[in-house]
Amino acid sequence: MKKWNMVIDIARCQDCNNCFLADKDEFVGNDWPPYSAAQPHQGHRWLNIERKERGQYPLIDVAYLPLLCQHCGNAPCIKNSPAGTIYRRDDGLVIIHPEKAKGHKEIVSTCPYGAIYWNEEANLPQKCTGCAHLMDEGWTQTRCSQVCPTEAITLVLAEDGEMARMVQSEELQEYRSSLATKPRVLFRNIHRWNKVFLAGNVVYKDTDEVAEGVRVTLASDGRAVGEAETNNYGDFKVDGLDPGEYVVTFKAKGYEDLCMPVEVGEKSTSLESVFLERD
Amino acid sequence: MEKSKRLTNLTTGGPVHVDVRDGEIVRIIPLQLDDSDGSSWTIRARGRSFTPPRRTTLSPWTAAHKSTIYSPKRILTPLKRVDFNPKGARNIRKRGESGYEPISWDAALDMVAEEMIRLKREVGPAAIMSTTSSHHMWGNVGYRFSAYNRFMNLWGMTFIEHNPDSWEGWQWGGDHMWGFSGRLGIPEQYDLLEDALKNTEMFVFWSADPESTSGVYASHESTVRRRWLKELGVKMIFIDPYYNHTAGLVADKWFAPRMGTDVALGLAIAFVWLTEGLYDKEYVATHTHGFDDWMRYVLGQSDGSPKTPEWAESECLIPAREIRALAREWGSKRTMLAAGGIGGFGGACRASYGAEWARTMIALATMQGLGKPGINIYSTAAGVPADRSFWFPGYAEGGISHDTSHTAAGYRLAARMWPNGGPVTNPQHGPEGQIGYRLLIPEMMNHEKLEWRSRGFAGGSIEMQFKQYQYPSPGYPQVQMYYRYGGAFFGTMTETNRYVNAYREGKIPFVVNQSIWFEGETKYADIIFPACTNFERWDIGDWAHPSGYGTHKFDQVNHRIIVFQKKCIEPLGDSKSDYEIFAALAERLGFADIYTEGGHTELDWVKRVFNVSDLSERVSWEDFAKKGYYVVPVPEGQASTPGLRWFAEDRPKDTPDWGPPPWDQIGGKGLQTQTGKVEFVSNSLRRFYESEGVDPERPVMGPQYLESWEGHHTPDLFEEYPLAMVSPHPRYSFHTVGDLKDSWTSEIKNHRVLKEDGHYYWILRMNPKDAADRGIADGDLVRTFNDRGSVILAAQVTERLPPGAVHSYESCGDYLPVGTPGHSPDKAGCINILTPKRFITPTSPGQACNSCLVQVEKWNGDGV
Repeated sequence: MKKWNMVIDIARCQDCNNCFLADKDEFVGNDWPPYSAAQPHQGHRWLNIERKERGQYPLIDVAYLPLLCQHCGNAPCIKNSPAGTIYRRDDGLVIIHPEKAKGHKEIVSTCPYGAIYWNEEANLPQKCTGCAHLMDEGWTQTRCSQVCPTEAITLVLAEDGEMARMVQSEELQEYRSSLATKPRVLFRNIHRWNKVFLAGNVVYKDTDEVAEGVRVTLASDGRAVGEAETNNYGDFKVDGLDPGEYVVTFKAKGYEDLCMPVEVGEKSTSLESVFLERD
Repeated sequence: MEKSKRLTNLTTGGPVHVDVRDGEIVRIIPLQLDDSDGSSWTIRARGRSFTPPRRTTLSPWTAAHKSTIYSPKRILTPLKRVDFNPKGARNIRKRGESGYEPISWDAALDMVAEEMIRLKREVGPAAIMSTTSSHHMWGNVGYRFSAYNRFMNLWGMTFIEHNPDSWEGWQWGGDHMWGFSGRLGIPEQYDLLEDALKNTEMFVFWSADPESTSGVYASHESTVRRRWLKELGVKMIFIDPYYNHTAGLVADKWFAPRMGTDVALGLAIAFVWLTEGLYDKEYVATHTHGFDDWMRYVLGQSDGSPKTPEWAESECLIPAREIRALAREWGSKRTMLAAGGIGGFGGACRASYGAEWARTMIALATMQGLGKPGINIYSTAAGVPADRSFWFPGYAEGGISHDTSHTAAGYRLAARMWPNGGPVTNPQHGPEGQIGYRLLIPEMMNHEKLEWRSRGFAGGSIEMQFKQYQYPSPGYPQVQMYYRYGGAFFGTMTETNRYVNAYREGKIPFVVNQSIWFEGETKYADIIFPACTNFERWDIGDWAHPSGYGTHKFDQVNHRIIVFQKKCIEPLGDSKSDYEIFAALAERLGFADIYTEGGHTELDWVKRVFNVSDLSERVSWEDFAKKGYYVVPVPEGQASTPGLRWFAEDRPKDTPDWGPPPWDQIGGKGLQTQTGKVEFVSNSLRRFYESEGVDPERPVMGPQYLESWEGHHTPDLFEEYPLAMVSPHPRYSFHTVGDLKDSWTSEIKNHRVLKEDGHYYWILRMNPKDAADRGIADGDLVRTFNDRGSVILAAQVTERLPPGAVHSYESCGDYLPVGTPGHSPDKAGCINILTPKRFITPTSPGQACNSCLVQVEKWNGDGV
């Protein structure tokens, strides 16, 4: 059977929050028995958008990570909660039972993604249902995917084999693969979230012009780990790195090679202008 | 429980389907198109076909609309200020403090009607001052140009003209360089998407963030166009003090000039082009007037100061070598200049000398061959294929007033709408009568004598903006009553403690506010009429189509859609539609029969709009009413007429633009300017100054770089207030619509920040260096202040701004002073308390909100 999967492209999310608001529109004040009880007016983020800026002015980028229940195939919440309080549907969606889970506040802490919220008034743990009630009515979009203007969030209704092929061919990735929870929510361009970059601007010192076409190589423990070429503004960027110490080398015809150690930080590193000297 | 019904509606943030059950809204979703709807267009370019997704998009405030419709801040009954007695003590100094009591509709209407009748007999009809907020609930019947204008024109008043608060510099500057007065200085955009897809190599977004500002009313319709262009390898450069959200998605390079210095950057780019031969000399020779004078100024031959990249670097702090690199790339690629979010607009034009920035944009585009293939002023926010021959009125065509006298629609449209009653206009609401000016409301309320140039939307001709106005107008009274519709101005105008204080310390003994929500200025009225949203009444509208000065602007959306705006639910509480409120008041004032034209309901008016429009030729009323919308397809084989191509090729105008008018052209050729060319030496300004004296802040020859009167060249001010604040239009709310009201937008992390006291604070963004210098951490509450006031905000520490600049969106929805109103910090986030009231130039009465120096300090929660 076709199952519920979601694919999120980090490079397309611009923090418009339509998804966050559509989720509120669907669930605040609306009971959807037997799937879910109403979400409280404030405080819950069943779809929680996190922000990450990388680099320093003026060479920066910004990424947003829409986080929701990952609808894990190997769900810690099911494993660590009282039997019957949380269940998995045939289409893969993981649902907190709005009656049986009442009073079980401990369920909130079973999710390593922090996707479960406590509804004080209803005395109930709650989270994204994957719009299960709408799926069962034949919808082909979740509320969040329907309002996403850039199609950063897409619902993929596919059989497991089909999905596995898509994961491979499109190199879809998990948000935190080390948790081994087999999430049904997968990402494109997750490096924008979990990797760092080295960026910089290169200048020819003798002419005080931006240095275009400079070969920039990055090494770690003597091993090349990345390279780039400066553009017509003298800018370069080597992405997909882990934070740490590197050696960066600049080569340009007619100019002395420049080699220097750099520390690439947790927030990525943008070097102030680098000046190359004439041979 | 009944089965839910799916109804339709239209908002400032997109068309929607509304699921309703048992009289309550269950959900609001983007309007869903189906296969039977009109076809989507296709553009073929560079070997590919581009067809927009068959869907509609929403803006955030529309996605959150259910929370504002059912907001606890809704006014559910008429209210009277507890210590207001129209026949006794009015206690106007207690406005904003003393609270309200519910009263009946009869009592409220009687009180207001009695005062209006008394004033008409004792002082004259102009004793009532009145105006609306800019953007109200969508529709042709309920919109402010419609139900409101009909009422006010019939009764008489002193109407307060709006300033052009999104495109100041284009009206006051652009008009004099290239005309387009019928668009208030902003260019036509016809078919420029096709042109860009076929021909453009680079975009320069200068003060433009279409992902946040949506063109206007067009939600996220344009995002797919930028994706197409990126897929074609079109490069995108951003010039903005803030790394804005469009940049975040698509920027290849970002430049952040120091606030107030964009013109210096522009002149340096021109300098490189002039000295390196990187401009279209032949085009300039045949399409411009006075270019050589301006060239001598740029090269420093006339003033001894060459506008070199090094000179510009000292002003804008962008390295000269990078300015050269930008100029060289721009000068060698077919480039679209996205000057402002809709091709026009842009925060840089809402600043001291904003006219010079708009002129700079026109100058740069002209030097590259404005109108030639791939080269124009175009932002991607509009210019899609659309059927412009299909007539359905935009809101500025006046709806049920059919009053087009405040818009360009008056020149073009035959009054074909109401064969019986005809248009309802009032000549008193124009130059021959008495009008006011929105940026001068406090002074009017203080009964000062005022003079200013121009009405706000001066589109009839280039010269119309030179007209001198005075208040009171000869033979007219000082105003005695304020009939306010909406409550936005504390959040949207300039130096807005003025507005607060005018309510409490001014000379207006009676204030009525007709409003949906209890917020902002509404809380300073004596009597409040509760209005309802457009989900609680009938209406009909064309998506993103203002008409008037926004001719054919439905070409912002990928599918032009006319929507039957259905009454989804009954008005909440005792609230009523604006039309019903006006009709009830007209009853007491003795003109209900004229106002309703013999008892028309809103649904009757909706049908009349339907019947006179071209819609009735395409679809029956029954079918339209059942489906709820109609998609207007693009006619097969419609010829593409790219904006200004006719000008570039020296042909008669072939675009459907309403201007230039025949009397400004010869044989259909030429721009609206006196010479018909792009004027670097402006004949209209020269003529004006010859008779009226020179305005040195708006020079005849331009654009020129003028050092801001509030910036790094004003050392005393700069020393005390070293941070320059940019306050663009907001991203998650539409002006004040959608902000606060206990709505879900408050929970958007990048909109407001919830603090320990339970209040959601507006955000001030600042560079980590500026934050560290002040001991400020991300999320801290800060006091942002200058001599004009203080606002308490939550700090967001970000690399998206250079040191020295701070960012906070304008248009906070509420006003929450921590102490005495008008004299204490506001914690709602009205950053316009801090912006200067000074006009962008003495003869250009625009708001210069982006020329604003402030200081920021950590807020300890006490002290004033």
